[in-house]
Amino acid sequence: MDAANRSERPALAPLRFSPLIGGFSGTSFKHEHLPAILAEGKQRGFFEVHAENYMGAGGPPHRALEALRRDHPLSLHGVCMSIGGPQPLDREHLARFRRLVDRYQPALVSEHLAWSTHETTYFNDLLPLPYTEKTLARVCDHIDQMQDVVRRPILLENPSTYVTFRESTMGETEFIRRIARRTGCGLLLDINNVFVSATNHGFSALQYLTEFPLSCVGEIHLAGHAWSSDDEDEPLLIDSHDCAVADPVWVLFESVIRRCGAIPTLVEWDSKVPDWPILKAEAAAAQAILDRCHAIAPRAYRHAAA
Amino acid sequence: MPRLERHPESTYTAFATGLFDPSRDTPSAVAGPQGHAAAKRYNVYRNNVTVSLIETLAAIYPAVQRITGADFFRAMARSHIRATPPTSPLLFDYGRDFPAFIQQWEYAQSMPWLADTARLERAWLDAYHAADVEPLSSDALAATRPERMADLVFTAHPATRVVRSPFSAVTIFAANRGADRVGRIDASTPEDALITRPDLDVAVRHLPLGGAVFLTSLIAGRTFGEAAASALADFPSFDIASGIAGMIEAGAFTAVILGDSDDL
Repeated sequence: MDAANRSERPALAPLRFSPLIGGFSGTSFKHEHLPAILAEGKQRGFFEVHAENYMGAGGPPHRALEALRRDHPLSLHGVCMSIGGPQPLDREHLARFRRLVDRYQPALVSEHLAWSTHETTYFNDLLPLPYTEKTLARVCDHIDQMQDVVRRPILLENPSTYVTFRESTMGETEFIRRIARRTGCGLLLDINNVFVSATNHGFSALQYLTEFPLSCVGEIHLAGHAWSSDDEDEPLLIDSHDCAVADPVWVLFESVIRRCGAIPTLVEWDSKVPDWPILKAEAAAAQAILDRCHAIAPRAYRHAAA
Repeated sequence: MPRLERHPESTYTAFATGLFDPSRDTPSAVAGPQGHAAAKRYNVYRNNVTVSLIETLAAIYPAVQRITGADFFRAMARSHIRATPPTSPLLFDYGRDFPAFIQQWEYAQSMPWLADTARLERAWLDAYHAADVEPLSSDALAATRPERMADLVFTAHPATRVVRSPFSAVTIFAANRGADRVGRIDASTPEDALITRPDLDVAVRHLPLGGAVFLTSLIAGRTFGEAAASALADFPSFDIASGIAGMIEAGAFTAVILGDSDDL
């Protein structure tokens, strides 16, 4: 570990490489759950945090994350690198991200196939991009840059989208497959995003999963969505992360696990966050599916580690 | 609209420009399935962006929202977000201009103390995220010879903030940060606040008259003697001894040295 990159308040004991998390489920970490989580002591499973929430200098957020990380593997999930945007990545933000990786030694590091900053404005949303040769080249450059800075492969998450772009020249699975091949990044397969986008754009989620490069998947996301309607009064699903995982998403999840083995799986819940036992029960439901498919040996995370 | 080959940059610019401007048409580059209309679809992004930033401001300024009510707050926050969107992905840094916006927003003119309440809330969050440093111990001055006191120079703790108000901002802030019922508050008494975080918990204290002048002088690096002189010039009744003791007790400083040597 690079001492110069540690914060001024180092952890009490050095954080070593994470325990392996293959075969485990986990949840988003919310501060209000910390007392309940710590009261349970060391449990199997892992926690995921949004990296940006821990980019302050100090204070309670870091203290909470240190306490959590001491006994549990961590997944560091970036939400605003703007990898899919047209402009260069923010070097300051990259440096902050690297310091967090150095400090907390997460088991997984991920970002989104999306953009959130344009010129000087930060939009605080995961915005969609056209899938063309030009955007493909730029996304790959950005991932190369991020992987160089954090000194490890990242997992790139497939988006949930509400619109498509007329200028796109390839499908999302082809776009993602070519990114993974060219950059060596792994993939974070968000199955709720697949279901949301499939509904919104009228394609088959199963077909998408057939085309998706599943051998590159190092983590799975599950989450809840909300219902709305589009301009033709057809269903439009909103990736809201504010409720339990929907039944069809569980079905898709089980089909992926049967095919691929027990990939680390995270239940996201970011809005209208319930009490810890309810979120924990969602992770337990995912764990039951992972365990049920235990006959298929937990697969090493081949692609990005190669 | 003719189907022209577009540069991705113009697609991004068109997409971005409409997000804060509901009067703009849906960007022509986007579509629903089979080329269907995408107005409601694009509006999902507009809504996500604005609502998430309103919620960001509501989380930073809970007392302001409690005072104004949610509808008023959301309207005020929406106006601010459109005028001054975030420029950093670190949202705990967002909203620094919100107190000044509140101060000049025409619909908030009947609550002249609202902007200072917001300044206190912003300072509270800055203290919350400030670097962790051990504060100066309460007996730090015990060994200082009285004749050398005037030469002391203090280092402020990274969490330390001073907010001055011609209104009862500290009382209003304290009454509205919790869930308890708020009685009538006389808003007309000037109140200055000291915000510190010596360890995990942010503390907001009401400074005595003269305390803010004294403390801001010290934070600016002036000597104890200079700071005391400027405080006493404005407020002859300011009690220097209990003032400095209270500030050290609150965790306002991390170090103290003699102006030109480190021999206390």
